[in-house]
Amino acid sequence: MSEQIKGGAHQSIIHESAAKHVAGEATYLDDMAEPSGTLHAYLGLSNCASGVIKSIDLDAVRTADGVVDVLTAKGIPGENDVSPTGLHDDPIFATDRVEFWGQPLFAVVAETREKARRAAHLAKVTYAEETPILDAAAALDGDAELVTKPLRLKRGDPKPALDQAPMRLQGEMSIGGQDHFYLEGHIAMAIPGEDDEVTVFSSTQHPTEIQHMVAHVLGVAAHAVTVNVRRMGGGFGGKETQGSLFAAVAALAAKKHNRAVKIRPDRDDDMVATGKRHDFLVNYDVGFDETGKLLALDADFAARCGFSADLSGPVTDRALFHADNCYFIPDVELRSKPLKTNTVSNTAFRGFGGPQGMLGGERVIEEIAYALGKDPLEVRKANFYGGKGENLTPYHQEVDDCIIEKIIEELEETADYQERREAVLEFNKSNRILKRGIALTPVKFGISFTATWYNQAGALIHVYNDGSIQLNHGGTEMGQGLYTKVAQVVAEEFQVDIDQVKVTATRTDKVPNTSATAASSGTDLNGMAAANAAQKIKARLVAFLAEKHDVDPSEIAFENNQILVGSEAFAFRDVVAEAYMNRVQLSATGFYKTPEIHWDRDQGKGKPFYYFAYGAAVSEVVIDTLTGEYFVDRVDVLHDVGRSINEAIDKGQVEGAFVQGMGWLTTEELWWSKDGQLKTHAPSTYKIPVASDRPRQFNVSLVNWSENKARTIHRSKAVGEPPFMLAISVLEALSMAVASVADYKICPRLDAPATPECVLMAIKRLKGA
Amino acid sequence: MKTRDCIRFWLNDELIELGDVKADLTLLDYLRLARTLRGTKEGCAEGDCGACTVLVGRLGGDGLIYESVNSCIRFVGSLDGTHVVTIEHLKGKVGELHPVQQAMVEHHGSQCGFCTPGFVMSLYAMWMAEPEPDVATIEQNLQGNLCRCTGYQPIIKAALSVSEHGKLEDDFLVAERASIIEKLEAIADDALVKLGDDIFAPANTDQFAEIYAPHPDATIVAGSTDVGLWVTKFMREISPAIFTNRLNDFRAVEIDGDNLRIKGGASYTELLPVIDEHVPQLSRFWRRIGGEQVRNMGTIGGNIANGSPIGDTPPPLIALGAKIVLRKGDERRELSLEKFFIEYGKQDRAPGELVEEIIVPLPKEADLFAAYKISKRRDEDISAVCAAFNIQVDDGRISNAVIAFGGMAGTPKRATEVEKVLVGAPWSERTIVDAKAFFEKDYTPLTDWRASAPYRLEVAQNLLERFYFEHADENAVSLDELHQAGTLEVLA
Repeated sequence: MSEQIKGGAHQSIIHESAAKHVAGEATYLDDMAEPSGTLHAYLGLSNCASGVIKSIDLDAVRTADGVVDVLTAKGIPGENDVSPTGLHDDPIFATDRVEFWGQPLFAVVAETREKARRAAHLAKVTYAEETPILDAAAALDGDAELVTKPLRLKRGDPKPALDQAPMRLQGEMSIGGQDHFYLEGHIAMAIPGEDDEVTVFSSTQHPTEIQHMVAHVLGVAAHAVTVNVRRMGGGFGGKETQGSLFAAVAALAAKKHNRAVKIRPDRDDDMVATGKRHDFLVNYDVGFDETGKLLALDADFAARCGFSADLSGPVTDRALFHADNCYFIPDVELRSKPLKTNTVSNTAFRGFGGPQGMLGGERVIEEIAYALGKDPLEVRKANFYGGKGENLTPYHQEVDDCIIEKIIEELEETADYQERREAVLEFNKSNRILKRGIALTPVKFGISFTATWYNQAGALIHVYNDGSIQLNHGGTEMGQGLYTKVAQVVAEEFQVDIDQVKVTATRTDKVPNTSATAASSGTDLNGMAAANAAQKIKARLVAFLAEKHDVDPSEIAFENNQILVGSEAFAFRDVVAEAYMNRVQLSATGFYKTPEIHWDRDQGKGKPFYYFAYGAAVSEVVIDTLTGEYFVDRVDVLHDVGRSINEAIDKGQVEGAFVQGMGWLTTEELWWSKDGQLKTHAPSTYKIPVASDRPRQFNVSLVNWSENKARTIHRSKAVGEPPFMLAISVLEALSMAVASVADYKICPRLDAPATPECVLMAIKRLKGA
Repeated sequence: MKTRDCIRFWLNDELIELGDVKADLTLLDYLRLARTLRGTKEGCAEGDCGACTVLVGRLGGDGLIYESVNSCIRFVGSLDGTHVVTIEHLKGKVGELHPVQQAMVEHHGSQCGFCTPGFVMSLYAMWMAEPEPDVATIEQNLQGNLCRCTGYQPIIKAALSVSEHGKLEDDFLVAERASIIEKLEAIADDALVKLGDDIFAPANTDQFAEIYAPHPDATIVAGSTDVGLWVTKFMREISPAIFTNRLNDFRAVEIDGDNLRIKGGASYTELLPVIDEHVPQLSRFWRRIGGEQVRNMGTIGGNIANGSPIGDTPPPLIALGAKIVLRKGDERRELSLEKFFIEYGKQDRAPGELVEEIIVPLPKEADLFAAYKISKRRDEDISAVCAAFNIQVDDGRISNAVIAFGGMAGTPKRATEVEKVLVGAPWSERTIVDAKAFFEKDYTPLTDWRASAPYRLEVAQNLLERFYFEHADENAVSLDELHQAGTLEVLA
């Protein structure tokens, strides 16, 4: 027998579904066997971005081949709303007016998906069209209507500090949004039960919210609705709230017709009708001194939220929470502007506003560096949190776990930053057309939901009398490896090999009142809850053994598939079998809530984050100054995950997040026509990175000395979102390459995404300056 | 004419005969809905994400060729005589994970797993052709597969290590090669496949021409990389339809003296070896057309006949002075490719006339010839601007210049004003810089989601400059070359 169990904590085991993934045997929702008689629903979408609906003629839809029913707002027994924050601004079906191009108006229910889809296009709708407000700039030019209450963070008094600063500058940055482009699009299937019951299979990060929304829409209590999700083919935040619409439509039709109903939009409709990352317009006024030290910052973060609030409140809040990144700002005021626009309602996306806030903050650093003729890294180092009296964030939380200086020091060394920067400067002197750029940027990301009550989790563990273990918890699996890591936690607790632990689909009837699997919190919350459940069962086994063998509980230990009782050792499964015969309860629920955190939004003060995760990246790029084309030549990453529960999985998160972040800042451009149509609504027009876009050299390391100061599960740190922002280094490296055409004297103010066009136009601007 | 009223193909280990097939039935829907083979996924239904990748084996070339294809835009009507291999077959045949699958597991190549079956199939096709691939080869083979989770690094590592998990000669498709060829030969014949009144799959080009002339309203379905989207995105009716996939004589590519002769049904992939050998100036460019699956499916004839102003092949072919042969029944006529494109949406092609052949004069050694593609993403993107330059210099002066662009007008179009100022002028930077202004006389490009009008114009001008520098300076290194050089570095 080996020294340690297979698959315990801190082992790089493979994803629990890896062998099924590669064999095509992992079942996604659309792969499930449908109950006989399953009907298929399809949404009918608006083709007007803003206006009053004058008429809707659905006759041709109703009479189309195979159509069983057409659902509109009128037939909804409960509420025509799936607003996740209770603002009642997210109708399932538009009624009087439409607010964006692609807004659902009705749903067709037909014998096949193809028939439903064809019929959905036969509606005749007329509108009294109005001029749509399509982006933040247009909204600010107009009434600047907000979808939700804005946030202000203030510490000190930036107005006089700005006036008195030796140097001061203002600027603006436009930051594009991003489509999630999960490979599995939205999908739901509802199976009617007796009375008011319905079971909903949904590709969702938030089963409990699906449960609540379906219940509201059907006008039934939550206990009538069961939501089930085994896995998603990617989520990235896009399935935190956006699945509700599809689940609700499926459930409506299923209950009405007493048949199973499935709904799956085509990729184009998925991209047109569901929300994305928020675009931002950042305006900043910064005061600093000749050494590059930040003195004061006043900044506005205006976001294109779309027609409704969705999660725009917390998203724009998180933008403000991350504008400081790793830097202490003595006097600061930050304001969010969650603007209403006639576009699809934007939603959660990995980083949740944090990346946009941080990018704005990093632009300020870059501005200072160019103004002073310094390497931006020097300016960064001059401002890190950690000096005496320099550890208070704009939201008055103390940064007490800052390790960024040490990370940067190590990365600078391993990536040969200084030598390579010299080489880049040299290259640019001797090359006329191709130019290089290099940048090292840090990340500090706050971990915890800022909606404090979300920081709770439940788990349910059954130990069967053959010693096998079934694990269930409130977190969902979207590829991030949550099920694997939590299973490792449970294997570690019981000290059994991981193949004894079966992970099971997330279901609202097993663990209730779950939080979204979001905010990178999955392992922190569910790992702790599962450990708690395991510990309860262990305690019962210990009590049973202590009594039986008449030993003190302290003499009982779980170790390597055995339970040691004094000097004796018993196989885990034998103890379990015996415990069962002695009527020991072998099932337990577990619970966890994050300690210490609190947040007063009105005051803009508190400790919203339990801890921070850190990381840094050096990116080097090459651009072609004739066309604006470029590629990322080398990236070195050093990222902090505390004591990793599974390094292979964590590294996968870091690499994947980096490339996804790179896509956001480079080729992924959302483009709306003047009348409000999203024209980049499929992979043919919306370009996420492919294999050849990844850095030519990609060196990714985890910080091997970090241990979470906070008492998290096995002292690990959250990993889903923080590394996304490491990709800011790519944009800054591009920026440096562009700046070379004007001898680095002007900050290029490169907007995101920096498409080849954006790069070339910036070069042109600088050459003309 | 002998006819057959069903299509026959092998699906994994099963012989399929279908008499009642709709023209617009995709292979993906057939697999997932009719056969509940649901390992193959739908990610985009437009051939751009690769989640639906399967292998299609066919007789041709030097025996049996397996190619990765996008089953979402491949029609069942096009499968006659083929062997379709799906993800289920790998483990099904091996009994355990196939070497490609083992490598993917070992290197943590899947996260959410939804794209994974498609990646496995693309890598399998690559491995059969190249069991010891380098990174550049892997990236080329994965251009048509999107992964949103991993950042690709673990998949590249897996791809490099497949042969550590098994030998190619032990692979079942390799081991069973002879018997599969036999099976496919047994279902091959020279009968016209005719399903109902509106689906045809001719066995040779003569049958094709004969059928098309009386059915001029028929949709010709060759690679279906465009027609596929008419169905999956626009829900257009495509029947009557003529599927050209059986036409091995319509795929021929040959060097004929100073000319390259390409039959209309030749795929980008089939042309690639010839490009590499005879027109190496297009080697990289050619590998940036679509992704691997699209290059395996899409045809040169289709790229031309479709008339798109942003097709990638017309600009270089026009710059080389290509002619096309149009055929209706037994009538043939020859036309310069440039003249074929009349205006947006309108080509010089009579009803019932097909693009039978493309005749391309090979560039001569002294010719300065290059083609460039500008797009947001390097690989598997549609051109914002596509440019081709073919210039001859005699005694330091430009004696001839043919410049053609895509993405700059309603058709692929020559820059005649620019050409005029170049011809006779010295081959110098001054000439080039002065000529740039004349692009405005040639083109008034549009703004759309791929690029703005000012960018298109600017980049068109600058591409002339790039062309000059690359040919005037022997030491010039292009961005593309640097990218490629980086690709070959050893992975950390």
